[in-house]
Amino acid sequence: MSELRTPLTAWHEAHGAKMAPFAGWLMPIQYEGILAEHVHTRQHAGLFDICHMGEFRIEGPGADAALSRAVSHNLQTLAPGKCRYGFLLNEQGGVLDDCIIYRFAQDTFMVVVNAACAANDFAVLRERLPQGVALADISEATGKVDLQGPESLDVLESRIGQNMHHLGYFGFCETTWQGVPLLISRTGYTGELGYELYVPAEQTEAFWETLLVDGRVKPVGLGARDTLRLEAGLPLYGQDLDADHTPTEAGMGRMLTSTAAYIGREGAARAQEMLVPLRIEGRRAARHGDVVALPDGTAVGRVTSGSFAPSLGCVIAFAWVPAAHAGATDFTVRAARAALSARRVEIPFYTQGTARKKL
Amino acid sequence: MAANPQALLYSKTHEWTRIEGDEAVVGITDFAQESLGDITYVELPAVGDRLDVEKEFGSVESVKAASDLVSPVAGEVVAINEALENAPEACNADPYGKGWLVRVKLAAKPEGLMDAAAYEAHCAAER
Repeated sequence: MSELRTPLTAWHEAHGAKMAPFAGWLMPIQYEGILAEHVHTRQHAGLFDICHMGEFRIEGPGADAALSRAVSHNLQTLAPGKCRYGFLLNEQGGVLDDCIIYRFAQDTFMVVVNAACAANDFAVLRERLPQGVALADISEATGKVDLQGPESLDVLESRIGQNMHHLGYFGFCETTWQGVPLLISRTGYTGELGYELYVPAEQTEAFWETLLVDGRVKPVGLGARDTLRLEAGLPLYGQDLDADHTPTEAGMGRMLTSTAAYIGREGAARAQEMLVPLRIEGRRAARHGDVVALPDGTAVGRVTSGSFAPSLGCVIAFAWVPAAHAGATDFTVRAARAALSARRVEIPFYTQGTARKKL
Repeated sequence: MAANPQALLYSKTHEWTRIEGDEAVVGITDFAQESLGDITYVELPAVGDRLDVEKEFGSVESVKAASDLVSPVAGEVVAINEALENAPEACNADPYGKGWLVRVKLAAKPEGLMDAAAYEAHCAAER
C-alpha cells in the first residue's frame, strides 16, 4: 500500500528524516532524534508537519444549531475567534473522534479532526447535518504546521511581522502572510505555548521554510510529538480514546457543558472504566497493551500509552482500569520483561508547560 | 553512521565483540543504535552471571522500541558498564566506546562471528 504524502513529505525526505506510515500517511518520525527534538520544543520552538489531519468547513443557515446537536462541544458559549476541544460521539456516548471546532461567525465553523478518523467523521457529520448546511472537506487544500515551544510567539511575530500577543489560549485569527491566507490558532498538542498554523497547501513548504529561518526553530517529528503530548496528559485517539469509551471515562466529563440535545449526550456520562494516569519510577517503559494489575496480582486493566518521559526522567502511562479500582493508588504493570510498580498521579504529568501562559 | 571498527567481531543480531586476551568486551553496533533510535534504558546482567552464545543477556529500550541483547560469546560477566544506568544515551553517542555493555571472561573461543566487511554486507541486506 502506498501512503499519502503531505505537501512537506519531499522536504522531510530531503532533510534526512526517518519516515514511517501513520494513519495512512508517510510522516516524519524524527530528524536528529526524539529526545533532542522533545527537549528543544520544551526549551525553544519545534515545528511539526500536521498536514495529515483533516479539516472540514461547515456553514449555512442553521449551522450553529445543527452542529450543536452533532458534537459534544458547547457552542452556546463559543464566540467568533475562539475554538474549543470536544468530541464526536456515537449514539451510546462512545468517542468516534476528538476534534477542535473553530467558530468564524454565527453559522460558520471549521472542524479539525484526526487523520485516521477523517473519512468516517465526514460521513457521520454529513448524516447528522441537514442538507441546508454545507459540509466541505477542505483537508487537501489546507496545509497545517504547528509551531510549539516557549519561544514560538517571538518566532512567529518576527517571521510574519505581526503582533500576536492579543491571542489568548484557544483564540485564533485570520491574517495573511505575503498575501497568502494564514489562520493562526493558539492551540497545540505539547503543553507548551504554541500555535497551529493553517495555510493553503501549495504555500505550506514556503511557509515552513520561512519559520525555519529562525535559528530557534527545529523540525520535530511524530516521535517527540507523542512524548510531548503524553507528558502534557493529552490523550491520543485510537490509543487512549476510542468508540468503546466515553469522555467521562477518559476523565473529560467536566468538558461536557453543552446544554444542546447532542447525539450521545446521555451515554457520555457513563463510566465503567477510567483512564488512569500512572507514574513508574526508573527508565523501563510500560507500553501499549501491557496488563495492569492490583498489588495483590489481580489483573484489572491495560496500558493505552506508555513511554519514558524525557522531561521527567521517569516512565509515565495511561491505562484503562475498571471504575471500581480507579481510586487505587498503587498498581503493577506487567511489562514485556519485568513487573513495574506504578502509582496513580494527576495530569498533566509535566507541570512546567507554558501553554496557558498569560502574554 | 560511524564506521565499524576493523578490529571487532560482529554478530547477526548486531552485537560487537572485542577480544582482549581471555576476555571479551561486548556492545551493540552503530547499526543497532541507529535502528533503535534514542536509547532510554539498558538492562544488563550482574557481575558473575554466565552468558551463553546466542542467548539473551539483557535488553535495550528506546523511546519507540525494545530489543533483546543476544550474547555473541560464552563466559562469565566480570564487569558491566554501570554508567549506562543513568546515561544509556552513551550507546547512541559512542556505541564502540563509552557505550560498551559487558566484559566477559571467555569460556571458549568465539566462533561464527563476522569481520567488519562481512557485517557491513549483512547490514546492507537488512536495510
